[in-house]
Amino acid sequence: MSSAGTVDPDRPDLNDDVDHDTVPPARTGLLVLAGVLLALPVVALMWVSSYSRDEPRLGGFPFFIWYQFLWVFLCSALTYTAYRIVLVARPHRPMDDLGDSSERAVGDAPRSADGERGERA
Amino acid sequence: MKDVNGVALVVLVALFALVTGMGFWASRWRRPTSMESLDEWGLGGRSFGTWITWFLLGGDLYTAYTFIAVPAAMWAAGSVSGFFAVPYTIVLYPIIFVFMGRMWSVSHRHGYVTTADFVRGRFGSRGLSLAVAVTGFLATMPYIALQLVGIQAVLEVVGLGGGDSVIAKDLPLFIAFALLAAYTYSGGLRAPAVIAFVKDTLIYLVIIVAIIYLPTKFGGWTHIFDAAEQKMAAPNAVDGKPNGVFIPGGTQYWAYATLGLGSALALFMYPHSITASLSASTRNTVRRNAAILPAYSFVLGLLALLGWVAIAAGTKPIGADGKPNAQLVIPQLFEDAFPSWFAGVAFAAIAIGALVPAAIMSIAAANTFTRNIYKEWLKPDATVEQEAKVSKLASLVVKLFALVFVLLLDKQNAINFQLLGGIWILQTFPTIVLGLYTRWMHRWALIAGWAVGMVYGTWQAWNVANPRGGINHFGGSLAQMPVIGELGYIALTAFAINLVVAVVVTVVLRMTNVPDGDDETIRGDYFADSGDPRVQKVPQPIHQEAPNV
Repeated sequence: MSSAGTVDPDRPDLNDDVDHDTVPPARTGLLVLAGVLLALPVVALMWVSSYSRDEPRLGGFPFFIWYQFLWVFLCSALTYTAYRIVLVARPHRPMDDLGDSSERAVGDAPRSADGERGERA
Repeated sequence: MKDVNGVALVVLVALFALVTGMGFWASRWRRPTSMESLDEWGLGGRSFGTWITWFLLGGDLYTAYTFIAVPAAMWAAGSVSGFFAVPYTIVLYPIIFVFMGRMWSVSHRHGYVTTADFVRGRFGSRGLSLAVAVTGFLATMPYIALQLVGIQAVLEVVGLGGGDSVIAKDLPLFIAFALLAAYTYSGGLRAPAVIAFVKDTLIYLVIIVAIIYLPTKFGGWTHIFDAAEQKMAAPNAVDGKPNGVFIPGGTQYWAYATLGLGSALALFMYPHSITASLSASTRNTVRRNAAILPAYSFVLGLLALLGWVAIAAGTKPIGADGKPNAQLVIPQLFEDAFPSWFAGVAFAAIAIGALVPAAIMSIAAANTFTRNIYKEWLKPDATVEQEAKVSKLASLVVKLFALVFVLLLDKQNAINFQLLGGIWILQTFPTIVLGLYTRWMHRWALIAGWAVGMVYGTWQAWNVANPRGGINHFGGSLAQMPVIGELGYIALTAFAINLVVAVVVTVVLRMTNVPDGDDETIRGDYFADSGDPRVQKVPQPIHQEAPNV
């Protein structure tokens, strides 16, 4: 798994035995964890009966209102955590143009982003 | 008929001139070697990083119409009609986090500009691709028109647009849109990206000031919520039922939840959302944005509450024609409560807020037309330069159409169509999002599900009457759901039926071995990032050259 994710940039040819018509390897447990974190806000907010009440008020705001505002921040935090987890769970497996005659690198693919990395392709 | 608010008008015009200048400058910003391709004109070179994408998506998704309509709904009918926008724009982000990475990657590898491009490549089906393209186009058009309604609301409260002559009445709107069309034509997606900075800054400024200043002026939050509760509970003059909903009761849970979920699933099926997402420079840009975009949801929630602030303030939204118009409630509240110069800033925030989405929507609609109708059906050998040219012209036509739509037809038509657009666009979800994960669904089954969802949704929406507004059809987005029996969002019901049909027909077609289309993508494409090369399509002429060599 780690070998596919950490190809030596100077030797992209190490990579040419990878079959790209496969899903890059991932740590399933971490992906499931990220999925749970992402599902939490959806479940919480779709469960309307759990928060459709007036009391307790907070600074004059009904519970119904401030509880949903609270979820803006919780959702943001959960999504960011899921993002960090997903980065670890499935490291990027670089693709190349080797081994498939119908593909080749295109010079004008996004310039700013691939800058130095585009050189090796 | 009211007097012109001079100071507010001057501030509004000055800020408008500022963004116009920025819009024209945008074509020089991060200047590409050539603007003559859809990647450059239509997707800003696919080069936007995290912060530009944040401003662009925020400016794109939270439209002027939202800023006008959500508080108006809160003011008139309460939380089920208005505050659902908050759960909607919260659950939105975990949902797009899940599939937008795959969408970006496969589009990067294959150079897709629209969702219909992807559908064409994935399912090898021109028919299914056309269905997705036409749905996206139809759903976007009234949405653009509604941005004009947002500008109109501001102009009406400032005191313009009340004249007797048709030309004088709509001239400001005409000028605003002509300028928008001109710099979108020259700058492409870079224009709204630049303007979005101003738009979002102004919106944040206005909302923060409004939410701190207005409650102190109108008796504090406790009083505001009490006033809202009182108004919502009071019987309506037309039918004697309560005016609206303060906090949803047992029979409204389904309505509240389905409105939120259905809208969230639908939003990123719109071409303009996809355009802004695909302009990001890496696979993870949009995912990172899913964590920081909720800042806008917070602002939208505060803005929604301003609808209830207006109740406590006793705001009377009366249109230029002397009739009450709920859509004017927020501009009217600003005019009544703020000093003139700050009211001008607030009006500019809303008016400029209309320009960003209108520009992106027209670009997205133009890209859809160019790629999935012009190139696919009319001129398959079009070069990238021709594509860019057609798209630029199409963006003008789309805006002109929206202008004519708003000026000649009743505004209610635009609102009806936008309601329908939301129902329609969700019917492309199974094809696009499930298509990102699996090809198990058969292309013809997806078309069948789409068609049934479209017809069912349209029929249900047609049947909704709203006696209070004197409307017999398209009176709202809620209808009784089959099986469950409660009121629910029509789009989500149609979506569920769509899915069932697609699955059943797929099973039948698989059993009868009806052939699949060709899939030009491979599994690894869905995980590609910016450093990975684009797949070069085998050029057509190879076929003809071979015998000559």
